[in-house]
Amino acid sequence: MIKPNVLLLGIGNLLWADEGFGVRVVEQLLKSYVFPENVTVMDGGTQGIYLVEHVQQADILIVFDAIDFGFPAGSLHQIHDDDVPNFLGAKKMSLHQTGFQEVLAMAQLLGEYPKQLLLIGVQPVELEDFGGSLRPVVKAQIKPAMTLALNYLQTFGIEPLEIADMVTLADPMLDIARYENERPSETVACRLGDERVIFAPDIKITPPQTLDGAVAVPVDFRGKY
Amino acid sequence: MTAIITPNGYNLDTGGRRIVVDPVTRIEGHMRCEVNIDENNIIRNAVSSGTMWRGLEVILKGRDPRDAWAFVQRICGVCTGTHALTSVRAVEDALKISIPENANSIRNIMQLTLQVQDHLVHFYHLHALDWVNPVNALKADSQATSELQQKISPHNPKSSAGYFRDVQTRIRKFVESGQLGPFKNGYWTNPAYLLPPEADLMAVTHYLEALDFQKDIMKIRTIFGGKDPHPNWLVGGVPCAINVDGVGAVGAINMERLNLISSLIDQSITFIDQVYIPDLLAIAGFYKGWLYGGGLSGTSLLSYGDIPDKANDYSASNLLMPRGAIINGDLSKVHEVDLRDPEQIQEFVPHSWYAYPDDLKGLHPWDGITEPHFKLGNKTKGTKTNIQELDENAKYSWIKAPRWRGHAMEVGPLARYVIGYAQGNKEITEQINFVLKTLDVPVTALFSTLGRTAARGLEAQWAAGKMRYFMDKLVTNIKAGDLATANVTKWQTDTWDSHVKGVGFTEAPRGALGHWLVIKDAKIENYQCVVPTTWNGSPRDEAGNIGAFEAALMNTKVERPEEPVEILRTLHSFDPCLACSTHVISPDGTELTQVKVR
Repeated sequence: MIKPNVLLLGIGNLLWADEGFGVRVVEQLLKSYVFPENVTVMDGGTQGIYLVEHVQQADILIVFDAIDFGFPAGSLHQIHDDDVPNFLGAKKMSLHQTGFQEVLAMAQLLGEYPKQLLLIGVQPVELEDFGGSLRPVVKAQIKPAMTLALNYLQTFGIEPLEIADMVTLADPMLDIARYENERPSETVACRLGDERVIFAPDIKITPPQTLDGAVAVPVDFRGKY
Repeated sequence: MTAIITPNGYNLDTGGRRIVVDPVTRIEGHMRCEVNIDENNIIRNAVSSGTMWRGLEVILKGRDPRDAWAFVQRICGVCTGTHALTSVRAVEDALKISIPENANSIRNIMQLTLQVQDHLVHFYHLHALDWVNPVNALKADSQATSELQQKISPHNPKSSAGYFRDVQTRIRKFVESGQLGPFKNGYWTNPAYLLPPEADLMAVTHYLEALDFQKDIMKIRTIFGGKDPHPNWLVGGVPCAINVDGVGAVGAINMERLNLISSLIDQSITFIDQVYIPDLLAIAGFYKGWLYGGGLSGTSLLSYGDIPDKANDYSASNLLMPRGAIINGDLSKVHEVDLRDPEQIQEFVPHSWYAYPDDLKGLHPWDGITEPHFKLGNKTKGTKTNIQELDENAKYSWIKAPRWRGHAMEVGPLARYVIGYAQGNKEITEQINFVLKTLDVPVTALFSTLGRTAARGLEAQWAAGKMRYFMDKLVTNIKAGDLATANVTKWQTDTWDSHVKGVGFTEAPRGALGHWLVIKDAKIENYQCVVPTTWNGSPRDEAGNIGAFEAALMNTKVERPEEPVEILRTLHSFDPCLACSTHVISPDGTELTQVKVR
């Protein structure tokens, strides 16, 4: 029997708090398990269309991501197959990030698409904290998310080997402990933007408002291509 | 209502209705455009604003110049690598470091690969949907599409009716499922779309083929540069060893890798010849009457040149991509360009959110200052954090206004091609004449939005040919026993003079790119990047000259002001990448996705 190609893909942006959930799950999987050769564990970050070919090559795809869908904060969800695109792309954190929804769409249009698709998503607590880490309730879902993925793989007869001593296979620069410990304090780092600009005397920050009488026309192609 | 005539010859009229398009770009965002249209929907005033501040120059101060490339190439993830190449060239210039021939060939192959990949992705994935209507493709007859394909590109094997029918079925299934995916957000009922359904289906099919192919082209950069985006570079050469036998050196470039690159180059040439160029000509043929968007392209053009044939010679005669400047529309004279001359390239800030000691004077980049100064004019509508209408009489952009001897200039593929044509460059002239003859249009048709798009395609074709040239050169050199890829004799800082300055340049896919730096006691004292979109997206200067984007929008007719596809067409034709030019000012990063018709 030919073994199926399996891809475990964490997507998101580590720099925007809970938006880094998917990547953190993948980091823990890489630290804790050795998978058989037909299984790839990948930090997809915010790579957009660069991920299309990897999605095309997968027979079974498990995606970890933060999904903003109005669920209770910190809750974990499993979404299967055709329902997946509808749950993705709720919020784009990076300006040049192609929504993963579009990545799936492109794979579909190109004619190669995973036979089995599972999205394991967490409802974020906080996204708007540049340089911040996962909030405690979201962080607590890393292990359960890993368990869901392993249980799903088991239905295909795939069982990874647990590593007794955690080794660092992921990029040490991105290690969650280091990322959290080395974050400068609020007094050192301006979290809002460039302090020379936003603390200039003639600036007063108010949240942007909707324009009065604006005709809403979708001209924002960011992340779409 | 105010009417102004600018020194560079544009009649600006701020009467009529004002249209705001924000943001404009499809990938890297942060550009805003405002225009005034008269009662006939013709653009009579144009204002282009970079809405984000870059600030990398400030980050680089005090750092090791050998590391600068790794920072600056993060300016952009799209034209990736080109800033790094510019940076290592600037440091090598300052420290008088020469590089081996192999390093020059490899750098050129990487830079040309970027041109090919970037132009291809721009045409099919960032720009095509300004001309091609994927929804209309559903109406196409697959047999007629097949005939069209065989007519415009007889050697392309993927031309059967069945092939197009399959793609059409996939698109139909997709659209019927309620998702438009990458084709969302288009103005698909706008009369500005002129292609017959068969041409639309052919182009959308190639949109998908190109998506599949661009990932293969990139392998060339990952082999030489280790990864992509953001490959690795090295002051003094390239960070990849050559070991043709492929034993004993893990990670070195061996014969198998070289053969893979060679085959990818052949595939690139085939794809461009059989798919890209025929599509370009076919689409342009249906839009021959749409000759808007020329702007400065008929009058003021600048190119620094690139792709040195021999290593370490950056003089114009050794650069395969042309260098020069055209001003006042006089194509009979191409001026020499010297990036070191303080009289030639200067940046101005009277309409940019920066402060100079004297705002009315320009500064050469070696003396450049990056001091943010956000202040809005008193005619601005809205609030400081929610601008409804900019006041272009005051500061209105995060982009500085670079000028060449006081002239606002257009840079990019069209600038390079017109300059090459004016210089009588044989290859470029042949390509341009072929296009003019095929489309049966005069040379002035080049000075348009479509001319810009066509020049990009021709340049991709030229670049793929030059990849072959440098690959053959590299392999010949290796066979002759020269395996050197780096010169590290001046790696240690104690071999450096204490206070030096240098300039590095490239022709990035979007145009002329220069980095100027000053090194003091082995640290960066000053670093200034003047990027292509700074030239093209420049705001007005102290004399009131409008920039290339602004000029290109002037006098264009917008069929439906609430669906400004014409504005997007022209701005997209420059392939604007505003992350290059400018940092988030909105504290919460909220997207402003509205068109305001006033």
